[in-house]
Amino acid sequence: MRGHHDMGGLPAGPVERSEHDHALWEKRVDALMLLLSAPSRRLLRVDELRRNIEALPPDAYDRMTYYERWISAIANTLLQRGVITADELGRKMAAVAARGKDAP
Amino acid sequence: MTTHSHPHPHETLPEHDERLGYYQTMEIAVRELLIAKAVFTADDMRRAVEAMDARTPAQGARVVARAWCDPAFKARLIEDGTAAVGELGIDMGETRLLVVENRPGVHNLIVCTLCSCYPRMLLGLPPDWYKSRAYRSRAVREPRAVLAEFGTVLPEDVAVRVHDSTADMRYLVLPAQPPGTAGWSEERLAALVGRDAMIGVTRPVL
Amino acid sequence: MSETATLAPRFAPGARVSVRRADPPGHLRTPWYIRGHVGVIERLCGAFANPEELAYNRPGVPKQPLYRVRFRQREVWPDYRGSAEDKIEVEIYQHWLEPA
Repeated sequence: MRGHHDMGGLPAGPVERSEHDHALWEKRVDALMLLLSAPSRRLLRVDELRRNIEALPPDAYDRMTYYERWISAIANTLLQRGVITADELGRKMAAVAARGKDAP
Repeated sequence: MTTHSHPHPHETLPEHDERLGYYQTMEIAVRELLIAKAVFTADDMRRAVEAMDARTPAQGARVVARAWCDPAFKARLIEDGTAAVGELGIDMGETRLLVVENRPGVHNLIVCTLCSCYPRMLLGLPPDWYKSRAYRSRAVREPRAVLAEFGTVLPEDVAVRVHDSTADMRYLVLPAQPPGTAGWSEERLAALVGRDAMIGVTRPVL
Repeated sequence: MSETATLAPRFAPGARVSVRRADPPGHLRTPWYIRGHVGVIERLCGAFANPEELAYNRPGVPKQPLYRVRFRQREVWPDYRGSAEDKIEVEIYQHWLEPA
C-alpha cells in the first residue's frame, strides 16, 4: 500500500508560496534532531524519525505541521529506545503546561 | 495539505502571549528531560540554534559565484560536490552533495517527495512550500506547471530534469550565469543567486 | 557483521534496470510512483547502510550500493505533458533493482 507520506505524482492544488519565519520552538526541534543524531550521541537515527512520521494516521499527518510531526517522532523514538519513559514525559509535559510559559 | 500559517510573534520575542500548544509543550518537556539526564547541555542547544541561524542561502550563493568565476572549481564541484564545498568550509555531515548544472537545453529541479530532504548546510531551513503536499506531489509529475507557478516558463527545447532526493544525496542546482555579468566579482555575482534558483524553481535575473 | 561490510555493486552506469514492484511494510525510500518502471543507471552514489533497517535501530549492514537512476518522464506518467527529453532521476538502493 502506498504510504500516506509517499505522495509523488498524486493530484494536488497550486503551490502556496507564503512562508513563515521559524518560531524558536521549531528551530529547537531541528536542533534536537541534530544533537541527538550526532555521531557522538547516536541516540536516534533520522530513519527512525521518518518511520515514526510515516506511521502517523493520515489525518494526523495532514493536520500536524512539519515541526509538530518531527517533535512527535523524536519523542516516540526516544520512548522506543528507552531514553525517556512515558511516565516521565507525561509528568514533565503536565508540569510545563502548568507553568504556562516557555522556559529558557 | 495546505501550508500551516503560524500566528506566532517573531522568533526573537518572548512567547508569553499565548498558551503553549501540545507539541510546543512536548518540545520543552523533551529538551528539559534530556538536559536533566545530561544528554546535552542548554548551552549545546543554544549553540545549535545559533549555528542554524547562521546557515542561510548566502552559503550556497558563495558556492555558485565561485563556480561561475573559477572553471576548475566548477569542475571539482560537479565531480564531487561534498569535497568542493568542503574547500569553502561547508561540512555536509553524513550526507553527500550532488551539484546539478543548468546548461543550455537542461533545467534542473529538486524535490523530496517522501519527506523534505534539503541541503540545509548550504541553504538553511527549507521554505514551507518545499515541504508542502502540493510541491511534493506535483513537482515530479508536472514540473513545468509547477515552474510556471513560480514564474519560470521553459520552452520545449529545454529539457526539465527533476531530482527526487530519496536517499543520502542532497542536491544543489548550479544556475546558469546570467548574460552580461562576465568579469563581475564573486560578491556581486553571489548577490544575484537566491535560494529559489538553487532549488531550481527560478533562474537568477539581473 | 562488520559495520563496514558492503555488498558489491551489480550495475554499471548505462545499465538498464527496472524497479521492483514490491510492497513490503516498514520504512521505505523507493517512492511508489517509480516502482515497476524501467530506467538507466546514471551513476553509483556509493554504498550506505540500509535505511529500511536503520529505521528499526538495526545497523543496516551490509551496506547497500545506492544508484541514481534516470527515467524518461513520458514513460513514467501516462499523461505527461512536456518535452520527450524531460527526465526524472531518483536514488534507488540496489536491492530494489533488477536488470531490465
